[in-house]
Amino acid sequence: MVSTFAGGKHIESHKQLSRDAAIEPIPLPVEVVIPLSQHTGTICEPLVKKGDRVLTGTKIGQSSNVLSSCVHASISGTVRGIELCPHPVLGQCLAVIIDSDGRDEHDAAIQPRKAAERLSKEELLAIIKEAGIVGMGGAAFPSQVKLNPPKPVDTLIINGVECEPYLTCDFRLMLEKANEILQGIGLLKKTVNVSKVFIGIEEDKPEALRMMRNKIMEKHYPFTVSPLTAKYPQGAEKQLIKAVINREVPPGKLPFDAGVIVSNVGTACAVYEAVFLGKPLYERVVTVTGATVKKPANLNVRIGTRFGDLIRYCQGTTGAAGKIIMGGPMMGLAQFSEDVPVIKGTSGILVLSEAEARQEGEHPCIRCGRCVDVCPMGMIPSALSLCVESGRLDLSSRYNPRDCIECGACTYICPAKRRIVESIRLVKAVMK
Amino acid sequence: MTEKQPAPLTVTSSPHIRSPETTSKIMWTVFVCLIPSGLVSVYVFGFGVLGIILTAVFAAVATEWACCRIQRKTPTIMDGSAVLTGLLLAYNVPPGSPLWMVFLGSFIAIAVGKAVFGGLGCNVFNPALVGRVFLMASFPVLMTRWQAPFKVDAVTAPTPLAIFKDGFSGTNVLAGTDLVQYSYRDLFLGLRGGCIGEACVLALLLGAGYLMIRKYITWHIPLSFIGTVGVFTWIFGGKGLFGGDFLLQIFSGGLILGAFYMATDYVTGPMTRQGQILFGIGCGIITGIVRLWGGYPEGVSYSILLMNAVTPLIDRFMVPRRFGEER
Repeated sequence: MVSTFAGGKHIESHKQLSRDAAIEPIPLPVEVVIPLSQHTGTICEPLVKKGDRVLTGTKIGQSSNVLSSCVHASISGTVRGIELCPHPVLGQCLAVIIDSDGRDEHDAAIQPRKAAERLSKEELLAIIKEAGIVGMGGAAFPSQVKLNPPKPVDTLIINGVECEPYLTCDFRLMLEKANEILQGIGLLKKTVNVSKVFIGIEEDKPEALRMMRNKIMEKHYPFTVSPLTAKYPQGAEKQLIKAVINREVPPGKLPFDAGVIVSNVGTACAVYEAVFLGKPLYERVVTVTGATVKKPANLNVRIGTRFGDLIRYCQGTTGAAGKIIMGGPMMGLAQFSEDVPVIKGTSGILVLSEAEARQEGEHPCIRCGRCVDVCPMGMIPSALSLCVESGRLDLSSRYNPRDCIECGACTYICPAKRRIVESIRLVKAVMK
Repeated sequence: MTEKQPAPLTVTSSPHIRSPETTSKIMWTVFVCLIPSGLVSVYVFGFGVLGIILTAVFAAVATEWACCRIQRKTPTIMDGSAVLTGLLLAYNVPPGSPLWMVFLGSFIAIAVGKAVFGGLGCNVFNPALVGRVFLMASFPVLMTRWQAPFKVDAVTAPTPLAIFKDGFSGTNVLAGTDLVQYSYRDLFLGLRGGCIGEACVLALLLGAGYLMIRKYITWHIPLSFIGTVGVFTWIFGGKGLFGGDFLLQIFSGGLILGAFYMATDYVTGPMTRQGQILFGIGCGIITGIVRLWGGYPEGVSYSILLMNAVTPLIDRFMVPRRFGEER
């Protein structure tokens, strides 16, 4: 049976651009820029200084704070400096710049682990922390924190939905690294100590559904694959939980309050690599796509590679780029520059042409109610946008702006082209 | 850091893609869906109808343009909303209406019904109905001078609802006159006296069906509106209870036009589904009351306008269920 949530909207996926492109490694970059903050939480202190030699996988930044995630060198070479550099999320961030020596020499600490199955929960959490693993779906929340909830949970849901249009990195990962993902899920299951594990995948990815089901049957994993309606935002945490196990996370609460932990397939794969191969998170799969990109691809990329290098590897664009987005078109972040580096949360680089990037003018709200229909949180988005437009932020609290997950479905659907979610972000920022 | 950029990149808040639907596309589609009914009217009542339609649309657009100029706003006539208001106003007057009256109706619809509230999206009442009610109050004789089908020489003939009302209320002023007996088939096809756009149920349903397929309107308001009128008049509209001719009530007057094209106006109706059903039921009850016991034979326009006034209240209380809130 295919399940889903209330609201939402099917959006043209554009995934055909890159869904058949197998994950390919790209040549080593000549330099990488590794921001000391790539995650939700405290920025790392650098562990290296200008002139130091580092190896691939060498830890180069960490923080003593609990909510943080350490960072590693993604190539071997020399630290050119530690400077403020462009950052795809923060605008600017202190980053370690490494000049490659072209040898990609691995740190001695990277060793396959024997008897990984016998590791305890605490040992697993320590490995995940040392490997700098964060949620790979985009939010980049430190995994060792998420996987150690303050109250017991009974269910783990693996997010293989990838509901953002254009992106295909999770899809390719499920096809090409199914065994690794399933072993990683086994480790996650042990870490959070749950009995039930579900893998949510949209039904417009039948190959991934089949692959996961076959591998689970082959190896007798105690996991259930849940086919879900292809509808945006099916991959949003709360909507995924609702669809898969019909539980609702109460307003203002987190998934563990409903007894659930949600983790991305990419995260499961990274956990596998960290535990079994001893490999820290220094590379990830990035979808480089867009109608204007000459050869859209799914690339295995070292963290710190600049966006521009990846676009050029995909043979550039047919016309001038109008917009470069980190992530998908619905929730991704538009970039000022193609010099920003890939970070742990970079699932995709979407290039829109100048025509596609053109801004439409806003028109008056005609109260059509489409935003109310699509809102997966049961909000009245138009009312909030009117509060902002009329300068009556004092009225906004009755419309529960904090419930907004900023999926952008209201803004996508609005026939008057109103920038509704932008208004709600403003309300949330002012309310803080 | 952006100095070495070859061409500036657009940086905006997400989402970065938009649906192809636009306000003007919706307005123009509704306009096109109303055309079949107008064509039937031209066929049944003659070419004079076309003059009325063109006058009403022209007056509405001209008024919109003038109001935008006076209010120093960018003219919004291309969004199709003024054209639609003009067309609906024309559909709400009798076929023999003088053009000056139609012009005045359209002017009031846009100027008083819409512009004074702040233009598109801000008006409380359906503009076309504001225009119609203004004309009803100001020119009651002209607004109830009906034309019999296929008799262009302005032979007046009572509408089916007027005939019903006359009998139901016991006034019997029409008794003894040479009454046309309308069959359901005549009513369905539009071969009866009435306003320009309301007569042909078939043509109206064709357009409404398309609007539903495109999801521009949903069943909630029309079905609850028409259903309530049907049930209400079935219960109270006959001799004794449960004996009313509800089919006559549904197919007569402006119910089909009102329920599918005017009660469904986004701006003046509720936004949530539950609210829309409540709105439709309210419209249905008021229509039924006016038709059976009110001073006029027809009550669709009053019912919609009254419910328009209640809409903000409905929207305040009929809200969607908050995700995660206890049921």
